[in-house]
Amino acid sequence: MKPRLGVFKFSSCDGCQLSLLDCEDELLAIADAIDIAYFPEATRKDDVGHYDIAFVEGSVTTAHEAELIQDIRARSSALITLGACATSGGIQALKNGADTAEFIATVYAHPDYISTLDTATPISDHVTVDFELRGCPISKHQLLELVAATLAGRAPQTPAHATCIECKLAGHVCVMVAGGQPCLGPVTHAGCGALCPGFARGCYGCFGPKETPNTAALSARLAANGTARRDIGRLFSTFNTNAPAFRAEAKAHD
Amino acid sequence: MSASGQDRAKSTRPVVLDRAGLEGLIAALAAEGREVIGPVRRDGAIVHEPISGVDDLPRGWVDEQSGGQYRLRREGEALFGITHGPQGWKRILHPPKETLWSVETGAAPKITAPPPDDTRRAFLGVRPCDLAAIAIQDKVFLDGPFRDPRYGSRRENLFLVAVNCTRSAATCFCTSMGTRPEAGAGYDIVLTELEGETFLASSGSVAGQDILAALPTRPADDMHLASAEAGIERAADQQRHLDIDGLPDLLKSNPDHPRWDEVASRCLNCANCTMVCPTCFCTTLDEVSTLDGTGAAREQRWASCFTTEFSHVHGGAVRPGARARYRQWMTHKLATWVDQFDTLGCTGCGRCISWCPVGIDITQEAAMIRGEGGER
Ligand code: SF4
Ligand code: SF4
Ligand code: SF4
Ligand code: SF4
Repeated sequence: MKPRLGVFKFSSCDGCQLSLLDCEDELLAIADAIDIAYFPEATRKDDVGHYDIAFVEGSVTTAHEAELIQDIRARSSALITLGACATSGGIQALKNGADTAEFIATVYAHPDYISTLDTATPISDHVTVDFELRGCPISKHQLLELVAATLAGRAPQTPAHATCIECKLAGHVCVMVAGGQPCLGPVTHAGCGALCPGFARGCYGCFGPKETPNTAALSARLAANGTARRDIGRLFSTFNTNAPAFRAEAKAHD
Repeated sequence: MSASGQDRAKSTRPVVLDRAGLEGLIAALAAEGREVIGPVRRDGAIVHEPISGVDDLPRGWVDEQSGGQYRLRREGEALFGITHGPQGWKRILHPPKETLWSVETGAAPKITAPPPDDTRRAFLGVRPCDLAAIAIQDKVFLDGPFRDPRYGSRRENLFLVAVNCTRSAATCFCTSMGTRPEAGAGYDIVLTELEGETFLASSGSVAGQDILAALPTRPADDMHLASAEAGIERAADQQRHLDIDGLPDLLKSNPDHPRWDEVASRCLNCANCTMVCPTCFCTTLDEVSTLDGTGAAREQRWASCFTTEFSHVHGGAVRPGARARYRQWMTHKLATWVDQFDTLGCTGCGRCISWCPVGIDITQEAAMIRGEGGER
């Protein structure tokens, strides 16, 4: 029997789920191998029963989401998070530690319509997660690898080393060494294939901290290369702002 | 020359080749059905790409290199004023990714391996340090009990045109490593650039001799020889220094030196040093499978001792952080490589200094372990 898949969205932009639909050439093969039982972006079927695999996109930012994730966990054999929001909290986690009520009052015409928690938190803060796929958004290539590996019962090839390795494998010229640009590649988890350095831009850190990240040493070099203190703090305050290594480095540049 | 062509090598009296001769050399190599690959300026650096003539060479450019910094700027008229760029010829001879074999399952499983790459190539502008690096990788891939047939096939089909250095980058230290800015052996033809787009040329193999004999050249006089020698000496004088006397024992007997902690505080364990090193050879294998489960493949990919995965065994990584990883890397290059391959694993090209994003300098770290050198 084909494994039963559910795709769930929490607080997020939908981009990671759409990566699944973006697998145009492989979509039929995926549909052949997996029973896509619940995927509101693509089908009208209701969320019922048990899932062999649950893909979860987005972070937990409301009381309702905090309850819903418990229910999904209880009905799923393997729970896999997709993307930066689900894995570290996402860009919306910038509100963590700030005054949420003030944000709401500034942004919304009717603040009383808004019901939200004071924090945006990763799924792993709430339930046990079996695997986290990094990225903002995730890479289609890694998603396919994850699906193929899950079906074959092997570990997916998603190395946790620096983006720099992918950058050198691709043959890009280092934008930091040859161009003096700030690049987060040396502290960022691989997965995108060093997309930005391939377009002569520094890495923005979309895949979050790599294994053993030395953010302080990178910051020291960025400062020596002329990046302002405030700008270094901002580099670490984007899609993975809530990942502990990035949060600590941003705080050190408050 | 190919890895085995050395014994037939014949050195000839140097001749002088002008721009038309160099153009003729590129054309002659192409006429042999070879892909000619040379230094090309791209994205602010020198990379190795196919060339079709002298106009593709980075004429009038030089490189400035220091710890964590590389810049090209205009200076002079030389065709080979640049030293070297981020990646060596390893990228072609020992590519970053290769499929070793794949399998199709079913009633009669079928295993297929891609045929060895027998593209005929010529490398133009191989620096003496990179020639030495190719010789080191030859030992690694061809001399042991397990010969790498893919590397071997690329090597057998390779023609090497070396170019001696008449200018060094500030990060170069090949003279300390016994390599020198003058190519020793292993080339088919070696060139030294003189003034005004002329070159001193000699052959190092029968194949090189044949090609050179068919080109428009004139005999070199003493002035040419003296000028080439002076250029090479100038390059040697511009270098930094690494004292290798007793270094292997020194490194092996200092695993707990406090300097390892100091370097670990700066090291990003980003692996750039191993990626750009022309002698680093480590690879890992990725097992991949198709979505429908009917096929699988084994893919080889460059690995680095700066990753956690590299020393991962049951229960965790043997080298958990930068202290152990940097020590492993430097000790391998400058000490244990000798036990393994009877040569040091470093040619003194200095790439690991320039292309380290934070400019960690192997010569300085070795000096600190030795107890020399001031504060950074
Ligand atoms: S461009 Fe960025 S990712 Fe690429 S090697 Fe340089 S620092 Fe690393
Ligand atoms: S020595 Fe430099 S290039 Fe090598 S891993 Fe450390 S920071 Fe990266
Ligand atoms: S260790 Fe550094 S200097 Fe030595 S060969 Fe490798 S990259 Fe060049
Ligand atoms: S220094 Fe590291 S990556 Fe290079 S050959 Fe040695 S173990 Fe391999």
